[in-house]
Amino acid sequence: MSLIYLDNNATTKVDPKVLEAMMPYLQEEYANPSSIYDFAKRSNYAVKEARGIIKDFFNAENEKEIIFTSCGSESANMAVRGVLNMNKNKRHIITTQVEHPCVLNLYQALEKEGYKVDYIGVNSNGELDLAQLEQTINNDTAIVSIMYANNETGVIFPIEKISEIIKSKNKETKFFVDAVQVSGKIPIDVQTMGADLVGISGHKFHAPKGIGALYVNSKTLIKPLIIGGHQERGKRAGTENVPYIVGMAKAAELATDCLKYEATEVKRLRDKLEANILKNVYNARLNAGIVNRVPNTTNIGFEYIEGELILLHLSDLGICASSGSACTSGSLEPSHVLRAMNVPFTAIHGSIRFSLSKYTTEKEIDYVCEKMPGIIEKLTNLSPFQDELEALKKLKN
Amino acid sequence: MWDYSDKVIDHYRNPRNVGKIDNADAVGLAGSLACGDQLKIYLKIENNIVTDAKFQTFGCGSAVASSSILTEMIIGKTVDEVKKITNQDIADQLDGLPPEKMHCSVMGYEALEDALKNWDNYQDLDEIRNEAPEKIVCTCFGVTENQIWDAIKSNGFKTVDEITEYTQAGGACGRCKSLIKDIIDTYYKKETEESTLSPAQKILKINNIIENQISLELKKDGGDITLVDIQDNKVMVKLRGKCSGCKNSHLTLKAFVETTLRDAVDKNIEVVEV
Repeated sequence: MSLIYLDNNATTKVDPKVLEAMMPYLQEEYANPSSIYDFAKRSNYAVKEARGIIKDFFNAENEKEIIFTSCGSESANMAVRGVLNMNKNKRHIITTQVEHPCVLNLYQALEKEGYKVDYIGVNSNGELDLAQLEQTINNDTAIVSIMYANNETGVIFPIEKISEIIKSKNKETKFFVDAVQVSGKIPIDVQTMGADLVGISGHKFHAPKGIGALYVNSKTLIKPLIIGGHQERGKRAGTENVPYIVGMAKAAELATDCLKYEATEVKRLRDKLEANILKNVYNARLNAGIVNRVPNTTNIGFEYIEGELILLHLSDLGICASSGSACTSGSLEPSHVLRAMNVPFTAIHGSIRFSLSKYTTEKEIDYVCEKMPGIIEKLTNLSPFQDELEALKKLKN
Repeated sequence: MWDYSDKVIDHYRNPRNVGKIDNADAVGLAGSLACGDQLKIYLKIENNIVTDAKFQTFGCGSAVASSSILTEMIIGKTVDEVKKITNQDIADQLDGLPPEKMHCSVMGYEALEDALKNWDNYQDLDEIRNEAPEKIVCTCFGVTENQIWDAIKSNGFKTVDEITEYTQAGGACGRCKSLIKDIIDTYYKKETEESTLSPAQKILKINNIIENQISLELKKDGGDITLVDIQDNKVMVKLRGKCSGCKNSHLTLKAFVETTLRDAVDKNIEVVEV
């Protein structure tokens, strides 16, 4: 049984070219880039070169605007706390109800510390309520933090427009964009986005886990979280993770080359999978509107059956996906994203996210399309909601 | 990912007794769609024996496995035997469930209990659903005060987290966590009032009474008694001297020894000769 990996929003496979680029820095080129001797020059140069590549990946103006971090969560923490600690007199934060849990948990912690946090909602298509955002910004708003695209549904938020709204209401309010879920899927251009801070994570675009970056534009001052050495221009202490920095830079180069493929081929395969399931499974519904989405993600709710059970049956066939179901997480709480979108309870527990990558093949998608109706039929037969399912079937036909 | 036992995996892959019994003698329901799991169980009962059982479950792998194995556990059993099945029995039959998934076995137990409750005069399921609800503590998962109370009583839970793992209560918005804490506190307060002795203190007290009171009395008649073992409320003793083999020894044991211990220590004590 071969593996069909359709959970690329969780993490991705390391590109062999990335590993190849990293290897010298895990072996012979082990010098600390801060050291003075010639031996350290090559690792020092490697970090500099990588910073240039990541600068281009963000389309930033200056390499000084790039800070290497260990992950997306660190990037978010550094951005938000960095801004708040620099503006101690401002106590208001705005974010969305559908942020990634790593960001949401940060805001819940900040609320306990006395900050006021407003959470912007979404409609049933998954689109942000921009009017609510506009009304909520005030003179006390230190930072607005909005993800570029939602990790569960793939819905892309209109960052440029949001930035205009923020700046028109309060020029001093900083704008942090969690771009973890779009990196390598659509181009990131910090200059047109109008964002002050943008975070990414390497393992979402075929670099290894444990490396991320934060863009902080030159007009935005942040207080560092990790105090120590002078690394990252004093913004993030700790000896540079040279091999991983090199790896993420290589991954960024490869991802940039691949953007067109993502927008065409990956999207085509995603659309094929989605259309096929929606056509052949009568109790399937798309958990997003016909809106702008990242090309690799689809989220489908299967009514009256439960997500973990679907995942377990997919796993028996070697197919990896994820679910918005409560049961898979151990938290007992169904997806906060789908709840914010008002996805009915009949479908929320049976929601499955498929996320593709450049490695996904047509053959794999055909296999999933072939197997999915059978799995769903088997599980539908287990459901106590046979009358409701029968009614749904009639409605669909 | 969950570390499911081979049995759980086998049962969710190949669930047994799936479906509906059209002319069922009893139907039980537990859970709800909003909570993410619901189980309906159908029983055919003839001459006090469960002759057939089927289920329909909306839920995760362990919910399906719990339902499936439950049907296997009850077919062929008498109603009295079935009544004794606990959620722990269901979990044991599956070679265990992850702690976060224990509520799946509870759902099986609740559906079975519900079915038996409705067995004598089987009502239409919609009527059962419309019965006046008990006091709900966790509104997210619809968990009642009685369910939480029972969970504490049968498992000895002391923390809110344990209750959440077992019943789901408090697992979503978390607003009811303080209420759950109150129920736990009330339960243990009540329990302490009922029996103020720790198990060790209890053993000591029983031993003292036997040695200093009962034994002295029996010696007057040329007999004696020694304490062999104590298991919960079961006190095991050996009768010696004239008492051993005395045809009235049963009377001595029950009317004298047991009564003395019951009055002095715990009204639930049972004395047996070994």
